[in-house]
Amino acid sequence: MTFDFKMDQPQPRLLDSTRQGLIGTDMARPEGLLKVTGAAAYAADHLPEGCVHGMLVRATVTRGRVTAIDEGSIGDIPGLLGVFHGPKFIRNPAQGMAGESPIRPDTEVHFHGQPIALVVAETFEAAREGALRLAVTYESAPAEVDPETASEVESDEPDTRGDWDDAWGKAAARVDLTFRTAGHVSAAMEPHAAVAEWQGENLLLRGALQMVATNRLELADALGVEPERVRVVSPFVGGGFGSKLGIGPEAVAASVAARDLGRPVRVVMARQTVFDAVLRRTETRQRLRLAADADGKLLALAHDDRISNLPGEGFAEPVSSASRFTYDALAMHFAQEVARNHRTPSGSVRAPGEAVGMITLEVAMDMLAQLLDIDPLDLRLKNVATSHPMTGQAFGEQRLADCLTEGARRFGWADRPAPGTRSEGDWLIGAGMAAAARPNALQESSARVRLTPWGAVVETDMTDIGTGTYAILTQIAGEMLGLPAERVEVRLADSDFPRSPGSGGSFGASSSGSAVFMAAKGIREKLARTLGCDPDDLALQDGIARGGNVERSLADLIDGELGETATVGPGKTAETHASAGFGAHFAEVAVHRWTGEIRVRRMLGLFDIGRVLNERTARGQALGGMIWGMGGALHEALEHDPRTGHIANRDLANYHVAAHADVPGDITADFLPVRDDHANPMQSKGVGELGISGSGAAILNAVHDACGARLLSIPATPDKVIAAMEEG
Amino acid sequence: MRTTLTVNGERHDLSHDERLSLLDAIRDQIGLTGTKKGCDHGQCGACTVHVNGRRVNSCLTLAAMHDGDEITTIEGLGTPDAPGAMQASFQACDGFQCGFCTAGQIMSASAVLEEIGRGEPSHVSSSLSSIDGMTDGELAERMSGNLCRCSAYPMIRAAIARAAEAAE
Ligand code: FES
Ligand code: FES
Repeated sequence: MTFDFKMDQPQPRLLDSTRQGLIGTDMARPEGLLKVTGAAAYAADHLPEGCVHGMLVRATVTRGRVTAIDEGSIGDIPGLLGVFHGPKFIRNPAQGMAGESPIRPDTEVHFHGQPIALVVAETFEAAREGALRLAVTYESAPAEVDPETASEVESDEPDTRGDWDDAWGKAAARVDLTFRTAGHVSAAMEPHAAVAEWQGENLLLRGALQMVATNRLELADALGVEPERVRVVSPFVGGGFGSKLGIGPEAVAASVAARDLGRPVRVVMARQTVFDAVLRRTETRQRLRLAADADGKLLALAHDDRISNLPGEGFAEPVSSASRFTYDALAMHFAQEVARNHRTPSGSVRAPGEAVGMITLEVAMDMLAQLLDIDPLDLRLKNVATSHPMTGQAFGEQRLADCLTEGARRFGWADRPAPGTRSEGDWLIGAGMAAAARPNALQESSARVRLTPWGAVVETDMTDIGTGTYAILTQIAGEMLGLPAERVEVRLADSDFPRSPGSGGSFGASSSGSAVFMAAKGIREKLARTLGCDPDDLALQDGIARGGNVERSLADLIDGELGETATVGPGKTAETHASAGFGAHFAEVAVHRWTGEIRVRRMLGLFDIGRVLNERTARGQALGGMIWGMGGALHEALEHDPRTGHIANRDLANYHVAAHADVPGDITADFLPVRDDHANPMQSKGVGELGISGSGAAILNAVHDACGARLLSIPATPDKVIAAMEEG
Repeated sequence: MRTTLTVNGERHDLSHDERLSLLDAIRDQIGLTGTKKGCDHGQCGACTVHVNGRRVNSCLTLAAMHDGDEITTIEGLGTPDAPGAMQASFQACDGFQCGFCTAGQIMSASAVLEEIGRGEPSHVSSSLSSIDGMTDGELAERMSGNLCRCSAYPMIRAAIARAAEAAE
């Protein structure tokens, strides 16, 4: 039976009265021992019988046409099996949730590094040699690669509220700044990988993917086969961060070659190809304007931005997303320009929008506090939005002010010395803070739960990309059905299982979790009927059911197996109420007086994510996000060759992701106890991206506090810090 | 060409392309896929194994250079049913998220404890002759060749510190 549930009204807080005591605990990850012993098998760990190796070939022109691929140029390589290209090959990974094939450019080239062919050989070494040596000729066309000078710029009508001129005109203090952020890559540690295996007309694709249901549709569409013939599995994924939302060129190329050769084909992107060919985060130029009265009450807030993408790619980084609802102002203005260019196309990289937008808003708030001579904490507290300023919706729950005040207390914000008064040798010490916000959503999701005499089995095509899905779904099912974690088995990421939205947009845990919750709730109702009690009186714990003065073991109560499949989706509460995660960041930094080096010494984040499903996995997500925010603020930048747009620093030696030595030992993340009754039946909100939102701003604001340097361009590398110190 | 490797105590006679890296030998020829390839260029540490007792980026060295060598991989430290001490500590402290860098982190971490035990200084040690012991700064410095994009760094260092304490 299928149980359909739409979130039309707040649901009882059932998880506050269930007895198992699993939900919200810091239970260790059930799959953890597989990971720490090397037993967890990721896509590229599969080498089925007869499997051969493919290497992608990249375009070495920015724009134009492939006029010839000379297979004879590598015909001497022993073990060479073929060179594949043609109309099925996709240009770039699908954008998240596309559900259809990305553009298939055939012989056209639209960016430098675009995968144009696949060389397949018996060994990896031979395939690599072939891909490097293959002779390709092009007809090259001119290409614009600089977003600042692009001739094609698209813009929509701005989103506005109130009378801008009036609000701006009567202000006592104004900030008007331009902020620049460099492009970023997800750089998941697992390179994109696919192992394609045809069994007759049916394709089994083992991939490194975040959203198997839509990935299956995208792959089937690209190949021109019925989706029913395609099965996608991805039970372990070595990080995603948005880069594995859509099907990628490696999966399509492997499938094409495997079909032709009649043998399984494995394609793993070289790390350099991951940089060239996977969607990047756009660079941004932002203009942020704030105006306030003498008390610090915001009158006007404008956040306008310019981003870039390849012509024809629909994704646009929602830079001002959190600026629309974090603070309230009489007049607001949000405008975006998309410059079309021929760099690697842009798409989702962890916290699209907030990762680059919130840092700008929160640096501007710090500047406004300085102008008004108000404590930055107080300025924020005065302006926290109580309802969504642009839509008028009430918030399901919004505890930003509590995060700010309680975070400040734990950090010792009030005790910090005056700006610019602390030093240790050549190091200048400062403290800074910022707010965090990110929208939360419930997406349609299905799950099947089966209760057997042994325990419960959960099945959904949801993925675990390190986020903790195996843990939280175990906890939800165990909590709802009164079973210890050892008696719950969670099976994920197989497109044969009930469909979930997958991992992305921080909606995975709440959406797939709600489906498991509702399926288990259906089973509880059946158990109550069998026991002869009201579902509200049913108590389940450690495999024992109690209700109406009866006590029986679950194994006795069920006749073989009790199953329920639930599909949940957003309903009326998504219209009446806005839902978002909130938080506060505090940071202490040291800035070297002479070299401009910034060392982060301490970070503290306190968040409102509704109900915490697993304390430890949620903390991991929050800390990971905070460190990403730090990396974006201090280190990460895609460098594009100004002539070709090509990514010059296309590996992990030249694109610096945070390493152990960058991360202070004193870094903590914690959560307020909150329930968002309008978000979903579990009262939870997303956490995967919230930690990034604003964390870099706390660091940049601390840098200003330490040395007076106001950084308006990230990454804040030492050259910029020294220049800003000289100005400041 | 032919090379003999002893991996986790077991002897393997390989017949292979001269260009085969030690990493690909371990993963694709011997079939021990716990060791991961994150970059193939010595930039991430995911492929860290022990060669004759010292940590090595296995992607940066050819299999042919290790004829007769003793190699230890993540599978040699324990199994899901009987994890080794460092592995158990990573599980206890949640020293990972996606798990892809984890084999490298654990292989590096267990080598780091031995390097500190032998008194080998690092860049942050206060002098070449005396190191400051198992401080967080020493661990952070010595582990910096192992990237974790999930950024589980705080939990990884907690796991190493816990394993070091347990070993004392
Ligand atoms: S795979 Fe060897 S260091 Fe990255
Ligand atoms: S656990 Fe994912 S990269 Fe370290």
